Amino acid sequence: MSAADAVFGRRNRRPLDGSIPRKRSKGRAVWEEQPTLVGRFGKGTVLTAVVLLVLLPLYAVILTSFSSEGAITRAGGSLVIVPDGLSLGAYREIFSNGVVTRAVVVSFAITFAGTAVSMTVSILCAYGLSRARSLGHRFFLMAMIVTMFFSGGIIPGFLVVSELHGYDQFWALILPGGVSVFNILIMRGFYQATTQDLIDAARLDGAGDWRILWSVVLPTTKAVTAVMTLFYAVGYWGSWFNVLLYMPFDNSKWPLSYVLYEYVNLGVKMPGTSTGGAGATVQHQIASPFAISMAVVVLTLIPIVVVYPFLQKHFTKGMLTGAIKG
Amino acid sequence: MAVVTTGDAAVPEEAGPLAPPGAARIRRLRPSRRGPQPRLSWRIRLRRDRSLIIMVLPAMLLLLVFNYLPMFGTVSAFEYYDPIYGFLHSNFIGLQNFTDLFRDQLFWQAFQNTLVLSFVQLVLYFPIPIILAILLNTVLSSKLRSFIQAVVYLPHFFSWVLVVTIFDQMLGGAGLLNEFLRQHDMSTWNIMTSGSAFKYLVTAQAVWKEGGWGIIVFLAALAAIDPALYEAAAADGAGRWRRMWHITLPGMRGMIVLMLVLRLGNALNVGFEQMLIQRYAVGPQHAEVLDTFAYYYGIGNGNFGYGAAAGLFKGVISLVMIFAANRLAHAIGEDGLYRK
Repeated sequence: MSAADAVFGRRNRRPLDGSIPRKRSKGRAVWEEQPTLVGRFGKGTVLTAVVLLVLLPLYAVILTSFSSEGAITRAGGSLVIVPDGLSLGAYREIFSNGVVTRAVVVSFAITFAGTAVSMTVSILCAYGLSRARSLGHRFFLMAMIVTMFFSGGIIPGFLVVSELHGYDQFWALILPGGVSVFNILIMRGFYQATTQDLIDAARLDGAGDWRILWSVVLPTTKAVTAVMTLFYAVGYWGSWFNVLLYMPFDNSKWPLSYVLYEYVNLGVKMPGTSTGGAGATVQHQIASPFAISMAVVVLTLIPIVVVYPFLQKHFTKGMLTGAIKG
Repeated sequence: MAVVTTGDAAVPEEAGPLAPPGAARIRRLRPSRRGPQPRLSWRIRLRRDRSLIIMVLPAMLLLLVFNYLPMFGTVSAFEYYDPIYGFLHSNFIGLQNFTDLFRDQLFWQAFQNTLVLSFVQLVLYFPIPIILAILLNTVLSSKLRSFIQAVVYLPHFFSWVLVVTIFDQMLGGAGLLNEFLRQHDMSTWNIMTSGSAFKYLVTAQAVWKEGGWGIIVFLAALAAIDPALYEAAAADGAGRWRRMWHITLPGMRGMIVLMLVLRLGNALNVGFEQMLIQRYAVGPQHAEVLDTFAYYYGIGNGNFGYGAAAGLFKGVISLVMIFAANRLAHAIGEDGLYRK
């Protein structure tokens, strides 16, 4: 089967013995006309271009971070596209340097703690609001939806956290954006869709709401839990603005995103690397400053790219079935 | 079991001496969504639902502190806010911040930038997920389809810092594009610092990051279209393009309108982090939007009341726009964000 056939479906789906296939589960319907050559070619070109637009930059960044200084010089000091001399120097250097190692630890800590808090609060709230005609659920729901329509703005939010002494505190990176009303509404949609009979049966067996949530509702809604965990985790992993607001000066507390911003995006010299010109004291192979920058980019990229394929199949389900219901 | 699901409060009394062991609990059952409306006093409901209310409280507490307190904190827009005195004891100056704001040339510049960026994104960004979804929907191999989906969704999960850094490596002064131009003896063009190209640059970034993710809702709308419609149309002689015009697009209409309403309601939110990160490279005359204005003048310059006033102005206009956009949706017979 050629690549073009894979994209557009085989022209002739009949088996070789000439029998008519019993079931056409996928593929072109009988009444559908065959695509024109131009159409097939155009569609293939567009979709290939779209995929390459996403993947090529990532490929170049990753390759450059593994490239030796010579390879980067030969590429004119910009991204390397063709592999030409590989080296782990950049990674050795950033991991022997306190700033990035600490940032990785901080990023993971914020991501784990934040996701745990957000998911706990969101699951509880979503279940609490999902039972029909419970006392006060309309009021709580309204209180949540109002925040989707109107917000006090950046400054009052900052002032509130400051007055609560959140400056330079890690909780200021987690709690202010800790719950997403949108996520809760989606989860609530899923919990509402849990079969009522199952819940009633559990209740007859003596289960309370906590038990029902834990043993009935959560096991039947794993897809949405997975997707929401990813959403929150990705948010915390990339947290940048809250760092800018609440701890912009103490670089020992910075997560990876902020390190990326400061040392790569703004181009501030990273303390203790050869970017700072202190390369003479470094014993191992000196990595190119550019490779070091790209290695930081790759570090922020990798956890997402690693976790992502496992959760990707849930996206459509997780986003759609839980459409907002009043 | 039918008794159980209707959940009438009177059931336990009628159950009599032969009631099953769980009968005492039936009283506590909440009704399913269908069925007669029970009339219970709030005390009974409170006892029945107390664990539900406890579950909701942590989220409510967070919203109260970090969403509702700031709403009341907008009072600082009417104050000469001083961190030492806080919200309650700062000097109340009435509308002074607003009159200053409306006389500020830079504020109107930021307002104009916001509208221009929003408009460019509406025109150039909005159709892309729709086209991509229709295109992807015609790919027959489901393996290939899910591969393409996986690839185009990916950038949605990158932070703005990451996206801007990647764009810088592609289009910036030391980036791939300019390296290519240099090697071929052409004049270089640093797009990342170009003021005139900025609105297209940020749109391109938005497309790269969110354009793929945006197709998810449209794919769902496409999946909901009854295939029999296509077959019937084909039987009546409708070609590929006619089917798209008369079946596919009307089938997506509701979702397109909903997304348009969301986009219009959010017209003043144009990638705050995205602008903030690039404001320095491009310069405020091009990259200053209402949010970054509020941030710089409020927190950067320490003029909190002034920044809060700019933020409140934006919040109120946004609210009006959300309702207006929904009105528009209702006027053309769609639901929009909420029903009429």
